[in-house]
Amino acid sequence: MTETAERTALVELDGVSKYYGNIRALEDVSLVVHAGEISCVLGDNGAGKSTLIKIIAGLHKHDSGSFSIEGEQTRLANPRESLDRGIATVYQDLAVVPLMPVWRNFFLGSELTKGSGPFKRLDVDLMRRTTHAELLRMGIDLRDVDQPIGTLSGGERQCVAIARAVYFGAKVLVLDEPTAALGVKQSGVVLKYVAAARDAGLGVVLITHNPHHAYLVGNRFVLLKRGAMFGSYARDEITLDELTRQMAGGSELDDLRHELEGRDAP
Amino acid sequence: MSAAAPGTPPLTDERLLKTSPLRKLMGRPELGSVVGAVAVFLFFAIFADSFLRASSLATVLYASSTIGIMAVPVALLMIGGEFDLSAGVMVTTSALISSMFSYQMTANVWVGVGVSLLLTLAIGVFNGVMLTRTDPPSFIITLGTFLMLTGMNLGFTKLISGTVSTKSISDMEGFSSAKDVFASTLTIGGVDFKITILWWLALIVVATWILLRTRVGNWIYAVGGGEDAARAVGVPVNKTKIGLYMGVAFGAWISGQHLLFSFDVVQSGEGVGNELIYIIAAVIGGCLITGGYGSAVGAAIGALIFGMTSKGIVFAEWNPDWFKFFLGAMLLLATLLNAWVRKRAEATK
Repeated sequence: MTETAERTALVELDGVSKYYGNIRALEDVSLVVHAGEISCVLGDNGAGKSTLIKIIAGLHKHDSGSFSIEGEQTRLANPRESLDRGIATVYQDLAVVPLMPVWRNFFLGSELTKGSGPFKRLDVDLMRRTTHAELLRMGIDLRDVDQPIGTLSGGERQCVAIARAVYFGAKVLVLDEPTAALGVKQSGVVLKYVAAARDAGLGVVLITHNPHHAYLVGNRFVLLKRGAMFGSYARDEITLDELTRQMAGGSELDDLRHELEGRDAP
Repeated sequence: MSAAAPGTPPLTDERLLKTSPLRKLMGRPELGSVVGAVAVFLFFAIFADSFLRASSLATVLYASSTIGIMAVPVALLMIGGEFDLSAGVMVTTSALISSMFSYQMTANVWVGVGVSLLLTLAIGVFNGVMLTRTDPPSFIITLGTFLMLTGMNLGFTKLISGTVSTKSISDMEGFSSAKDVFASTLTIGGVDFKITILWWLALIVVATWILLRTRVGNWIYAVGGGEDAARAVGVPVNKTKIGLYMGVAFGAWISGQHLLFSFDVVQSGEGVGNELIYIIAAVIGGCLITGGYGSAVGAAIGALIFGMTSKGIVFAEWNPDWFKFFLGAMLLLATLLNAWVRKRAEATK
């Protein structure tokens, strides 16, 4: 993997490992995220993707290896610290409160207020306008920011969560399987916003098990299998076909084919 | 606003015009209760001759306010996704504390009233902390508090005064001024209105302000509608819930003081079963049992339906046994309406 020497990576993991007791969850994994680039982490279920996210998001501490944010070695204590360092994690199912209006969701936990003392109150108008404008910047033209966010499609909800992270000054966006539960068209919409976030200068970590989605937007690809890294490529080092083959299991898939063909047809 | 690009369109979108006012109205949590309240009002206006008299309406408002003072904070708690089954007996507990502390310890009832406020709020904190520190649902936790308070109300009263009711405190210092605050009657235009109506209205205003115009209100909706999502964006989930239980305790304190200063003595066995009435009023008012949706105004209207029904049946000179039937039917209707609202709100296009 080639490194641009003059640029400091926003997030850099080098040989990071994590064990749960005697279970190897992650071993010797390296990942670099630069501003304005998308680093994809690919892997099947149980490959260690969630553990990797939890380390970056501050939910777990890594056991060995180095984890640097903007060149500074670090070991995050909790999710709040991760947020404060500019890393926003958007979880697939944790993103929003369905019954609340879009604008209340957008500012949840960081509401804007005006006035003081007992008359300190939400600046509803500013929040509504900001939500509308920020979503529009990401290319989402909402009819009504007062509608419950549950009435939006799954893709749009992901997009609101992404737009929220961008607005609140995230430098690094960690997306946990943003397209996993979505249809083809909606996945496209989400990938567009992922690209928009990249163009806005953010570093993006895209966790996915879909090589096609990854290859559409990714600059780097890290492949995980059973907790270990079995491939790390820059975009010009690998083709989509090769990425797909490796994700699908490569030689394992050939073995499976033989096995299935060898059986008697029912 | 720096973020707004010059080309930002105004918030009102031309597509919004297609939303009919009716459709907007349907989205309000109070809708069902308003329709219900109008129906109940018309019903008794037609069938009960004396219902429309000013004095009758004052009676109805009084009955509504005694329920409403509790229904409003209970509704806030429900929006936050939790129940409080101890709310009914907590009212009695609060009254007993004031009465007995004043009688045994001091000469001025206001000291007892103050001690009662602190201890009642402490019960609220206990409920909230027990809930947030442990895993079981609030239904079980507050069922435990409910039973404990019921037992303590009777046990302590018998232990201290020898009977199931408290001693009279009407000759004590401060009684008349406390009665003015909690149980007086205001005469407006020849009609007697109980002061609890004012307490009720004040609570509605404050609760509505908190819900719709403060950060805490945003957190209440979020905690009830998606606890994990709220926690993930940094909402203080536990503090919000403890605060909501303290709100219910505050309502119980007001109700308890009203009880004490209007009747002078407190029956220690009272209050059992009222917790369900508060919950029913909140549900009729549009609060979702599962949390995350509802309003203080709705709960107040739910209490008003209660007041109109219970007094309306008396004015119509019917057998009051029918009151419960009425209530059950109303609750079922409200629940069906709520289920429909939730489905609509959560439906994905």
